Amino acid sequence: MTAQESHDTVSNSPRHEKSDGGAAGPAGTPRRERGTRVRRQRVRAAWLFLTPMLIGLLLVAGWPLVRTFWFSLTDASLSSLEGSQFIGLENYLVFDDGWYGILADPLWWQSVWNTIYFALVSVSLEAALGVIVALVLNAHFRGRTLVRAAMLIPWAIPTVVSAKIWAWMLNDQFGIINHLLLGLGLIDAPLSWTADASLSMWAVIIVDVWKATPFVALLVLAALQMLPSDCYEAAKVDGIHPVRVFFRVTLPLITPALLVAVIFRALDALRVFDVIYVLTSNAASTMTMSIYARQQLVEFQDVGYGSAASTLLFMIIALVTVVYLYLGRRQLGGGQ
Amino acid sequence: MRLRTLKAVALKIGFWALVAVLVLYAVFPFYYAIVTSLKPSSQLFEVSYWVDSLDFSNYVAVLSQPTFLAAIRNSVIVAISVVIIALLLGLTAAWALGRVRFRGRTTVMMIVLGVSMFPQVAVLSGLFEVIRTLDLYNSPGGLILSYTIFTLPFTVWILTTFMRQLPDELEEAAIVDGASPWVTLTKVFMPLLWPAMATTGLLAFIAAWNEFLFALTFTLTDSQRTVPVAIALISGGSQYELPWGPIMAASVIVTVPLVVLVVIFQRRIVSGLTAGAVKG
Repeated sequence: MTAQESHDTVSNSPRHEKSDGGAAGPAGTPRRERGTRVRRQRVRAAWLFLTPMLIGLLLVAGWPLVRTFWFSLTDASLSSLEGSQFIGLENYLVFDDGWYGILADPLWWQSVWNTIYFALVSVSLEAALGVIVALVLNAHFRGRTLVRAAMLIPWAIPTVVSAKIWAWMLNDQFGIINHLLLGLGLIDAPLSWTADASLSMWAVIIVDVWKATPFVALLVLAALQMLPSDCYEAAKVDGIHPVRVFFRVTLPLITPALLVAVIFRALDALRVFDVIYVLTSNAASTMTMSIYARQQLVEFQDVGYGSAASTLLFMIIALVTVVYLYLGRRQLGGGQ
Repeated sequence: MRLRTLKAVALKIGFWALVAVLVLYAVFPFYYAIVTSLKPSSQLFEVSYWVDSLDFSNYVAVLSQPTFLAAIRNSVIVAISVVIIALLLGLTAAWALGRVRFRGRTTVMMIVLGVSMFPQVAVLSGLFEVIRTLDLYNSPGGLILSYTIFTLPFTVWILTTFMRQLPDELEEAAIVDGASPWVTLTKVFMPLLWPAMATTGLLAFIAAWNEFLFALTFTLTDSQRTVPVAIALISGGSQYELPWGPIMAASVIVTVPLVVLVVIFQRRIVSGLTAGAVKG
């Protein structure tokens, strides 16, 4: 079940109400009165049970987020968080014989562009490849379980480790990829994948696609396995070409699951950090918004400026999420 | 008729070729890491596709480093604590969200979903302050606390989904017997939720084992690092002579347990992933 769907069942399901009212009271107590008493007790217990989780989330998400917003309006530095002063929006943009601040920093805009480019390219590739893998895994053949287990391996490997393994494979002098390409005659000199500015973004995309395709494939596979078989039999009887069946029948039916996978991947891609940090460090050609923000925060110790960058990233992701939820709800509403 | 069988055979060959390419693509990098890790350093810079030597010197080199052993210990402590805490908080929350109808439930669900979309870097400075105030900087405690931000949302989502699938009759019977919600949760639901808890716990373990950004930022000394950070920071004499043999050996060591777990529990993981649509 997808996040969106389960959310909808939350608001629609009446069955717990029914179960409370249905509890039979002992002799003497009117049924209905006992029902509401149990109900009230359960609601109290529900809030009590939610409290630890809500406190946890407040401590690690709510409060830190508020503080990050606040720091973005100050000149805080990592060594003196307490002695910071309110400076308004100066971290974002200020005119002082020329424009200063993040919104006037070309490196910030490059990192925004890099992030969007990375997200678009890698998520599209992951979606296309994920559907292909899911279709293969959905076919009945000998050894299917083994193949499925094999496809899960990239997903299980820690991102840092995958980045290191690929860094070794993409090594300019001793890497197997260059060795292979040279052997096939596709290139005539070794490529420096992670150092060359025009190639490093592709190196990052290659690793991300390798690692994340299984995730997309699994979600699509789950949708494929729930498809009704009768329309396929009908199509077969009518002699319709399988490719046509795929685009006319299968693809529309798996689109909701594919969309969920794509939005989760897109949100991950927009906040990408570890694969790029390990593969190309702080190089401008692959710098993303997260890398930029962390560099300001930790390496340059400029908490105010870095927090402003983090805040902008948070707002962009929040915007994407809201648009997604709005579209998702509208689509679900129209479809039912 | 013959043309048709020919076409069928071609299709079959094409399909198996596709399967072979996909499996090779998925497995080869990890296989190549194993091949590299088993080479003596003198052969490291000759590309080979097969395991042609069984030289364990890279493993010996890595495992004899006290900092790497400390990193493994830290990772184990952090990941197991995160699993326990996430399951405990997630299970109680899932009972409330999955089985009780109350005002504000949708709001709580939306908050949980919203937190799962937080970019980690957006809370970095605020969380740094919290961790320093609680005196947890440069300790596994700080990591355990901070990992709550990404494990709790999906734990709650997955367990809520599974909790909702349990039949109402069980709970009705418990209420008739006068059981309190806590007793109902621990005595009636928990035994039935073991498979779901195993799945969720495994996903939380993998997420905590793999985390990098917080571990990199909230630890300072070698002895407090986790394995991803330890691997990322292995360095040689200069930027251009990284010790690839030991790096690959370390990579294999920290990955093998995960690959084994994932292969054993693959069905569970698939159902967990689709229930929570959590990140990979």
